[in-house]
Amino acid sequence: MILTIARKELRALFGSPLAWIILAVLQVIFALYFLFSLNSFQEIQPQLALQPNHPGATELVAAPVFGMAAIVLLMVVPLLSMRLIAEERRNQTLTFLLSAPVSVTEIVLGKFLGLLGFLAVPVLLIALMGVSLYAGGGADIGLIGANVVGLLLLDAAFVAVGLYLSSLTSQPVVAAVSAFAVLLALWIVEMGNFAPGSPMELLSLLKHYRSFFQGTLHTGDLAYFVLLTGLFLALTIRRLDRDRLAG
Amino acid sequence: MEPTLSAVNLVRNFGTRHAVEGVSITLNRGEVLGLLGPNGAGKTTTMQMVTGNLAPTAGEIRICGLDLLEEPTRAKMRVGYLPETPPLYRDFSVDEYLELAARLHRLPRTRTAEAVARAKKRCGLADMGNRLIGTLSKGYQQRVGIAQAIVHDPDVVVLDEPTVGLDPNQIREIRTLIRELAAEHSVILSTHILPEVESVCDRVQILNAGRVVYTDTIAALKQHRGGHALTVAFRRPPEIGQLAALPGVKNVEHLGDRLFRIFHDLDSDPTDSLVRQSVEMNWGLRELTPVETSLEEVFVNLTQREDDVAAGADT
Repeated sequence: MILTIARKELRALFGSPLAWIILAVLQVIFALYFLFSLNSFQEIQPQLALQPNHPGATELVAAPVFGMAAIVLLMVVPLLSMRLIAEERRNQTLTFLLSAPVSVTEIVLGKFLGLLGFLAVPVLLIALMGVSLYAGGGADIGLIGANVVGLLLLDAAFVAVGLYLSSLTSQPVVAAVSAFAVLLALWIVEMGNFAPGSPMELLSLLKHYRSFFQGTLHTGDLAYFVLLTGLFLALTIRRLDRDRLAG
Repeated sequence: MEPTLSAVNLVRNFGTRHAVEGVSITLNRGEVLGLLGPNGAGKTTTMQMVTGNLAPTAGEIRICGLDLLEEPTRAKMRVGYLPETPPLYRDFSVDEYLELAARLHRLPRTRTAEAVARAKKRCGLADMGNRLIGTLSKGYQQRVGIAQAIVHDPDVVVLDEPTVGLDPNQIREIRTLIRELAAEHSVILSTHILPEVESVCDRVQILNAGRVVYTDTIAALKQHRGGHALTVAFRRPPEIGQLAALPGVKNVEHLGDRLFRIFHDLDSDPTDSLVRQSVEMNWGLRELTPVETSLEEVFVNLTQREDDVAAGADT
């Protein structure tokens, strides 16, 4: 059932021009950034080669693309997640799902996985660009792998937040703006210069994403993303259940 | 035989407002039940509760013996629901949409194609499979809405105002379709179009202000018709007393302009003696019409009387 709903969301996404335009724009941005990074890498490579233990092409070309992708997706995911529930509410199609023999949990997970599946496409394309460095003399697959995992976890958290805010309203635009605000707040909380280990610092999305960016997998960071995603999914389920109970 | 749907004493409050207060519904296989009532009577709320879209504040709902609140998944598999606004995905094609409906109702993948084809055929959508729902006319969209409610072959079909916004031809087609559905399913239909109830339903329940104020079969309603009053007009009207003296007459009302209404007992029709008397006394009878109790009268009586009572209580 979850997969049926996920497939329905994918079908709805690919049926709208917005999704295709977003995919195209993302790819253009990432590809240009990748090429520019590659260019500057080639310019400084002769000097780099003189240093011992110098950073490789993957670190200087592929990883920055992942870093930038995180910021771009922060802006793009709310645009895609806004419709998930708010639009069904507005068009009164939510009844279609709620009267089917499907639980609210299945509906929410289906919608979540549907959009996450869609976002796997740009992540995969970035990973492929990274792997293409092989052609020019080797790529650090481990680093690319860590970045892929990190970006997918980050996407999952973005989608969960977007899904929850979409369940609060029947106006997609309101959902998009508020999701963007929440994500941005979680992103820049780090700029507050809080003491290391303080609760505010622990909230920062950026801080937890950075370790993946450097090619390391910390269980603490994994747990952060899993918890954040789980929390917002649970809130969404509760919210939809409350609709039925309190109306 | 076990009823396909039995709802007992449903109550639903929205905050302090009581939308439904103690509605009970029983539906048998092969039956079409009309749920009637003025706007805001609680028809839609009742339907949302029996389809599992809204949890009742109190009461019990059983679908084919399965408790809707305890076994929602198994119970919902047996219900098809068309809400007031058909829940259509405008950028899906008819086929895609109906397949999704079938899959969501847990129809095995192998039976999906067959079920979709059958639902399309029954709703007159056989040639529309590849059309996008958004490009269909209102009448066809309504049919797609009905098709999604019956694609999984449910025992109970709940239709909330299925003929609103359709042209007269489409209304007739939809009514025929509903009658056909009743052969295999049981149907609840809400409407405020009274002739629709008389032509389609076997039984009618009238709701007002969240309560059932009338429930009976259409056949019983029709029997009551034309049984208790006559409207008569004379060229040379007699005294009221002379009319009241006729055998079986309970009461006579002067409606003005040589027009009278004669109320009589159900089992003694004074028509014959009235006609004989009129000829003998040269009254010049020129009109004689039995007064029919239409569903409309029952409806207006029941729903307005309640309103008057409520209005009286407020002041």
